[in-house]
Amino acid sequence: MNITVKLNGIAQTIAVEPSDLLIDVIRDRLGVKSPKYGCGKGDCGACTVLLDGDVVRSCLVLAVEADGREITTVEALSMEGPNDVQRELIRNNAFQCGFCAPGVTLAAEELLRRNADPTEEEIREAVAGNLCRCTGYQQIVEAVRTAARSRRKKAGRKRRPRSGRKGVKS
Amino acid sequence: MSDLKVIGKPVPRIDGEERVVGAAQYVDDLDFGPNLLHAEIVESPHAHAEILSIDTREAERVPGVVKVVTAKDFPYTFGLYMQDRYIFAKDRVRFVGEQVAAVIARDPATAKRAAERVKVRYRKRPFVLDLKEALSDDAPLVHPDLGHYARCPWFFPRAGTNIAHWRKTRRGDIRKGFAQADFILEDTYTVPRYAHCAIETHAIVSLYDHSGRLTLWSSSQSPFTQRNVFANALAPLGLSHQDIRVISPNVGGGFGGKAGVSMEIMGAVLGLAVKGHPVKLRCTRGQEFYNTYQRQGVLARIKLGATKDGRMTAIDHKLHWDAGAYVEYGANVVNAAGLSATGPYPIPNIRIDSICTYTNLPPGGPYRGFGYSEFLFGLESHVDRLAEMMGMDPVKFRRINAIQEGDTLAYGGKMNPSGLREAIDRTAREIKWGKKTRPSGPNKVTGKGFATFWKAPAMPPNAASSAFLKFNEDGSLNVLISGMDIGQGLLTVMAQVASEVLTVPVERIRVETPDTDRNAYEWQTVGSHVTWGCGNAVKMAAEEARDKIFTTVHRAHGLKKEDLYLENEEVRCRTRKNFRLPLRDFVINGIMLPNGQFRGGPILASGMFMPEFTSALSDPETSQGGKPNVHYTVGAAAVDIEIDRDTGKVDVLKVVLAVDVGRAINPDLIRGQVVGGVVQGLATALYEDIRYDKNGKLLNANFTDYKIPTAMDTPKEIVPIILEVPQPDGPYGARGVGEHTMIPCAPIVANAIYNALGLRLKSMPLTAEKICLAMNGIDYDEVKGETMGLCFMGDPDTYEFSTGKTR
Repeated sequence: MNITVKLNGIAQTIAVEPSDLLIDVIRDRLGVKSPKYGCGKGDCGACTVLLDGDVVRSCLVLAVEADGREITTVEALSMEGPNDVQRELIRNNAFQCGFCAPGVTLAAEELLRRNADPTEEEIREAVAGNLCRCTGYQQIVEAVRTAARSRRKKAGRKRRPRSGRKGVKS
Repeated sequence: MSDLKVIGKPVPRIDGEERVVGAAQYVDDLDFGPNLLHAEIVESPHAHAEILSIDTREAERVPGVVKVVTAKDFPYTFGLYMQDRYIFAKDRVRFVGEQVAAVIARDPATAKRAAERVKVRYRKRPFVLDLKEALSDDAPLVHPDLGHYARCPWFFPRAGTNIAHWRKTRRGDIRKGFAQADFILEDTYTVPRYAHCAIETHAIVSLYDHSGRLTLWSSSQSPFTQRNVFANALAPLGLSHQDIRVISPNVGGGFGGKAGVSMEIMGAVLGLAVKGHPVKLRCTRGQEFYNTYQRQGVLARIKLGATKDGRMTAIDHKLHWDAGAYVEYGANVVNAAGLSATGPYPIPNIRIDSICTYTNLPPGGPYRGFGYSEFLFGLESHVDRLAEMMGMDPVKFRRINAIQEGDTLAYGGKMNPSGLREAIDRTAREIKWGKKTRPSGPNKVTGKGFATFWKAPAMPPNAASSAFLKFNEDGSLNVLISGMDIGQGLLTVMAQVASEVLTVPVERIRVETPDTDRNAYEWQTVGSHVTWGCGNAVKMAAEEARDKIFTTVHRAHGLKKEDLYLENEEVRCRTRKNFRLPLRDFVINGIMLPNGQFRGGPILASGMFMPEFTSALSDPETSQGGKPNVHYTVGAAAVDIEIDRDTGKVDVLKVVLAVDVGRAINPDLIRGQVVGGVVQGLATALYEDIRYDKNGKLLNANFTDYKIPTAMDTPKEIVPIILEVPQPDGPYGARGVGEHTMIPCAPIVANAIYNALGLRLKSMPLTAEKICLAMNGIDYDEVKGETMGLCFMGDPDTYEFSTGKTR
């Protein structure tokens, strides 16, 4: 059957089988490779994409479910260079092997779109579905926190009071 | 060294952006066009069985199937240190999940469907999962042909047994040593198997083109070693090194799991089976657990003696390893532990028996820590207990015995410069040793634990690194190495080394991922040795390039080479203050003379490093006489935990880890290694819990049932402390650090649990369940049931460390 999706802003119509998974269609049929296979069961989050702005595991979504909807992969965030979240992730050396990076980045982006002032706990929760075996998450959390701060500053918003973790000392 | 410009600076990774914007390509991301085929593996359902027949006819009839491959097509053995594996199981299978055949088809779904139609008839054989049984006199033999396998000369298998290797280290007089001791403690510790869980599963694409060239795109820590293993295994087909090319793009995590050759050998021959078609083999998450490598399980018996003033006098350390069905790499883990299982203490009287035992479980192999994670749990638990027995503070006890430069190692060599005592002192200070943290609630209790650690790279004595370096027209440069960036930041660190010598900014240096056709040789990216080895090679290449730059300038301008120096990408001259020649003006096109002729040309350079002071040859009965290890990296770690008395759940409040890296080329990346390694190590200590059933089937080969840390599961605080006692033969004094940050994590937790509750847990993992049972006076071994993550089904305290009567 034919489905029509808007992938990173470009509408495309493509014939799929009812059993085709979204991850395979995005990677193998539409040629966008940033969502990765890590487990095939929704455990690891490496295949994360945004579907109409919401985080989903593309290995758990049938391609037909995406019909008429908008898919965003990490490539869309950096059309004019890395966005603010990405810049902070780079600056903080937040990733090591980088295999989980597209998924984590999208999860962080989605968090900041719906919550401009997340607590550390909320940041950790937002990326808790994205497994990273290398980093221990500390630098990722730092980067997202800094990105949130700079995004708020740009929007002229105040920080809400909270107490957080102590983080890594150097 | 204070005038260093780039070394020691926390520069951002040169490959940071490509990873965050989705541009970094891993093997599975490469496009191979419509000719690409996919493979699915047919796996053994038995732990041990003879293969009576394989009927592939029905599978071959499935539309879309191109070929079914079995051991008949490629009846060859392979292995890194010992050739004990077949590419596809031949005549017998030795673990559940072993590859028996592979189906190559147009698409993955067809391959999977057809694989279910391959009919294999087996005759089941008795299997051994349990170390006691494997080492008994009438054990079923996992490898009846053990005596005939090709192997490297420092392995000592016992034909007719399940002992694949026995590393014996003897020094001093053990009996005298214990006689001198005022306190002696002896006990048993168990460490189960663990899984690496890199988020990228193994993947390889293989293309045997019509000219007879075999090219492999492999997710590997070891492209050159893979080429070598492939060339040796496939020599009967007339293939040699020049016919084989291994390309490794970005690797999505390794931790040792992507070292050597595991599933990749299948990938190589699948390409050979369908000439002209690229074939992709990508592990499922399940296969990643049971058919790449696992960390080996070990049962350890430690007897340690000390005088009442705190001097360790003797150690008797028996390590019985569950190495699984094949030990072609894992035997070297056993070997490494057998040379170093004293821990960082120069004990004068030593007896170590490290025994690599075949079992019918998945193959064991390298995992971050390479034997040291495994033996340190027992040893550093034991050191704490002996200190308590002596009435001595455990930190003081460690400090008294801490190894120092020039001390004699277990195998007779001398210890390299290191800052262990400073590491101990600073760790103790930072964790506030001796002070209890106030619990956060009435049902909570806190405790602190301490451990020291050490580790040397385990590698052949002649493991070499090399580098090419070439300039571009704009004065930027490319460094071509085959050390692999598996996340640790090698590319960035190598760029820093080249930058320091040539003054080209790090962001104008590209360091290329390996391609055995184009890049310079590297043995493997393992053992935390590439910063050291590859760093030396890159430094040498950069210095050669600098020399060529000065030669060019000398020839064109007549300036003396010794007066020339580089600054800000320009050649300058000490005797002519106004002389400034930007590199970009001549590093490709040379320098024009007044007559219009040119001098110079493209600046290319190479560098090479191989340790020339090591030797693996020693007395097999004592391990004395050789120098197997290049150097040890040492450190100390401590933890502060809070335990919920109702549930046994451990909350990690703070971890401190001090490590002597010789020279921190990039402190930010080292902090990354500390935080990442600590989180990975704590997970093995607290909840990663592999389980097999009674028939040797892995029960939790997925992230639902084998829990690795999420962002919610990290310590509240991790404090890295970086020490710098330079390594004289390291680049700018650097030595390795990647693995070391993981290895002390289990004993610090065990010691902290004891400190909090007075309960000594001797088998990993130290789960909430175990703690809770112990708090209620219930012996875990009596209620653990029939699944196992240990290599011994019974109560470890009853394990006798017997190796059989006839041995």
